[in-house]
Amino acid sequence: MTLSRRVFLESLGLSVGGLLIGGGGKLWAQTSGLSPNVFVHIAADGVVTIVCHRSEMGQGVRSTLPAIIADELGADLTQVRVLQATGHKKYGDQNTDGSSSVRRRFDDLRMAGAVGRMMLCTAAARRWGVDAKTCTTEGGFVMHTPSKRQLAFADVVVAAARLKPPTSPNLKPSHQRRYIGSPTLPLLDGPAIATGKAVFGADVKLPGLLTAVMLHPPVLGSSLASYDASRALAIRGVRHVIALPTPQPPYKFQPLGGLAVVADNTWAAMRGRKALVATWSPSDNASYESSSYRAEQAETIRKACSVVRSRGQADEALGSAASRIEAEYFMPHLSHAPMEPPTATAHVRDGKCEVWAATQNPQESQNVVAAATGLAPTDVTVNVTLLGGGFGRKSKPDYVGEAAFLSQKIGAPVRVQWTREDDIRHDYFHTTSAQRLEAGLDGEGKLVAWRHRTTFPPIASLFTDGAALGREGELAQGYADYPLDIPNVRVENGPSKAHVRIGWLRSVNNIHSAFGINCFIDELAAARRVDPKAQLLEVLGPARRVTLEELGVEKLPNYGHALEEYPVDVARMRGVIERVTAMAGWEARTQDRERGYGLAFHKSFQCQTAIVVAVKKSRSGKIKVDEVWLAADAGLVVNRERAQAQMEGAVLFGMSIAMYSEVTFKNGVAEQLNFDGYRLARMPDAPRAIHVDIATNDERPGGVGEPGVPPVAPAIVNAVFALTGERIREVPLSRAGVV
Amino acid sequence: MMQLTINGIPHELDVDPEMPLLWVLRDILGMTGTKYGCGEALCGACTVHIDGHAVRSCVTPVRRASAKAVTSIEGLSPDGNHPLQRAWTEMGVPQCGFCQAGQLMTAAALLKKNPRPSPTDIDRSLAGNLCRCGAYNRIRAAIQKVADEAKQP
Ligand code: FES
Ligand code: FES
Repeated sequence: MTLSRRVFLESLGLSVGGLLIGGGGKLWAQTSGLSPNVFVHIAADGVVTIVCHRSEMGQGVRSTLPAIIADELGADLTQVRVLQATGHKKYGDQNTDGSSSVRRRFDDLRMAGAVGRMMLCTAAARRWGVDAKTCTTEGGFVMHTPSKRQLAFADVVVAAARLKPPTSPNLKPSHQRRYIGSPTLPLLDGPAIATGKAVFGADVKLPGLLTAVMLHPPVLGSSLASYDASRALAIRGVRHVIALPTPQPPYKFQPLGGLAVVADNTWAAMRGRKALVATWSPSDNASYESSSYRAEQAETIRKACSVVRSRGQADEALGSAASRIEAEYFMPHLSHAPMEPPTATAHVRDGKCEVWAATQNPQESQNVVAAATGLAPTDVTVNVTLLGGGFGRKSKPDYVGEAAFLSQKIGAPVRVQWTREDDIRHDYFHTTSAQRLEAGLDGEGKLVAWRHRTTFPPIASLFTDGAALGREGELAQGYADYPLDIPNVRVENGPSKAHVRIGWLRSVNNIHSAFGINCFIDELAAARRVDPKAQLLEVLGPARRVTLEELGVEKLPNYGHALEEYPVDVARMRGVIERVTAMAGWEARTQDRERGYGLAFHKSFQCQTAIVVAVKKSRSGKIKVDEVWLAADAGLVVNRERAQAQMEGAVLFGMSIAMYSEVTFKNGVAEQLNFDGYRLARMPDAPRAIHVDIATNDERPGGVGEPGVPPVAPAIVNAVFALTGERIREVPLSRAGVV
Repeated sequence: MMQLTINGIPHELDVDPEMPLLWVLRDILGMTGTKYGCGEALCGACTVHIDGHAVRSCVTPVRRASAKAVTSIEGLSPDGNHPLQRAWTEMGVPQCGFCQAGQLMTAAALLKKNPRPSPTDIDRSLAGNLCRCGAYNRIRAAIQKVADEAKQP
């Protein structure tokens, strides 16, 4: 257990419109009551406050993590106050990323509640003169069932606060759980959102707050050469035009530099930016051009590359195969485009900085602010608002650094507001990938060899200048960890140099690995005239736990878990494939004259997901996704209702990828600026129905925020093939004019 | 000085008449329920009503709203109990929630004009409101539910 026992000291409640966000004051330090650890406080009057240490970006984390603690504590969840944590190491890792909040913190958080429960039980047991082991808690009461006695938390909390917290608390047996695994947990922020009271990044109000709009260098690596701010400064409401320092590679989370127009209101700042005249130094990245880059990537995957994984003799087996099937797949850059563009507010004064930010990563925000201001990270308080969507973008706090830098310069609180154009053009882009897959069949048509080459400018380049190969963790997303029941396997990664900032976007490299593998399996099925489902099951092989040796790797990052704890379990993979095909009526699909069906499966973030998509042609001849079935096995799911919402949302997110979204570059500059160029799925695109089935079991919890995304695009492309016979190997489909 | 009536409350403002209504609401009046998502009438996050019609406040100069009745999400209902708001919460519609004020305002204007919309009517009316979280199916279902309930005697 990694809980700090320090009493919770920093937690004001700045209650703005229902969102209780942390701050500099002391909420419960002086009040008597029980604070067994940094996550739980029970006031003398029995009011339970639970800290949510992760950021809410639509995944329901503020409704989910407190439920875990409340369950073990025996609190009444409907009466619990949820306090949003500021960034602080005492909470452990707060980076709300990698579908990890429940997966990585489930045990910690249960312990946090259990410690409180045991202290309450001990205090009540002493009062009653009974054994504490015979007491339990429920709904805000300590109960002694044998004697049918109960005491409210308020009646024992003061006595409990005098006890020493137990060092090894025991956990409630699963049959005593009321909230974990419940299908009907309340949506904490629902009412505030529906009434416009919820506080997002840009909604923070401070006296004297100024708004800044940025003019970033158009090409990565160029810097401000000269500028003329006179016209901007003449606009009513514009107060300052300030140059920011130029970042040096590797870019990490550094602000991009350029100019800031600081004004009394957002509109003045936007007009001021338009009136700026600036020239920029040249950058090598100005050569970045998407179509020629794609051609280079295609060249790369046609030659031998660095080995990611190897088993048997794939090259030889392919050379001597009786027949070969091969195909190449391409995916473009994507922008996260969270509905709220990046925004943060900072106030530097008296050698300290207070920040209010829509950030997935408050602790990294402390570091970025420290680097921008010269303050110590411990002098930076980061309050976390609702995020207005994150998808990985807001775990990179460059914009938070901008706000702090400007506030320090000006000596006033400053909100930085990125426009949508800034957001799309200056994103940490999802990479652009090329893949080549080759399979060899022997004389009897048996699958004997598999070679898979991939190249993509890696996330590694954000942290190591010039890195052109994926890090181990990047390649473990569908490349190194995918079970292949084939005797000769070789997976390779070729270099691609990054010319823009590359970042992780919801499900990350699983987006391309799943696309390549699932589309190729469908092609294999067509070439061998077998059912795509049978082909998929044949490639995965029989139910088993796959060893490192079988994968052909020495180690596997496995999303941060030991293989024993989270095995590569083909039985569970086959399980979701069987489940989804049963739901969709896969066997009877040929009787459906109107629709084509596509199947795809992928495991990521310790969740296996299988999808069937049915597409049809609209009257205008365009492809329409008509119905989707999704089966997921994420082990124990705490908040089943939100998990389902995540899966539904993932289908739409994947549809945007399959159908509409791409960022292309010309002269190093993104060609899409807003939602006219960077297109997303809209309501008329939404399928008639999305059927979601989430497995119920007690396996270790997996992620649910990301794993729904990867199989969507290949399932759609496979369905298009089933309907039209047209094989599409590149998304978005809008390029081919079919949607 | 500009006269502006928002959610029934008159305001007198000294602002540039060209400033979009969105920024008047958010920055001048501190009514932050209305959201900025694109500034180009492409996402619907900023939707408010002017005389009952859904408009994109990011491209509406405030002068066009003067002497008219503006309704923002804060004024959709006195206490958050508009049937759509109730359905939104009951059916777990919001994910991140950022688009939802705009979705609700568009949906409310639709139901006012067309209390019995067909599925196609709903899709068409809401087509201008992006939801990056992809809550479309639940938004659609919530609107349908409110429409169906209103039909019942
Ligand atoms: S902000 Fe007005 S439509 Fe997007
Ligand atoms: S709920 Fe997040 S954008 Fe719609």
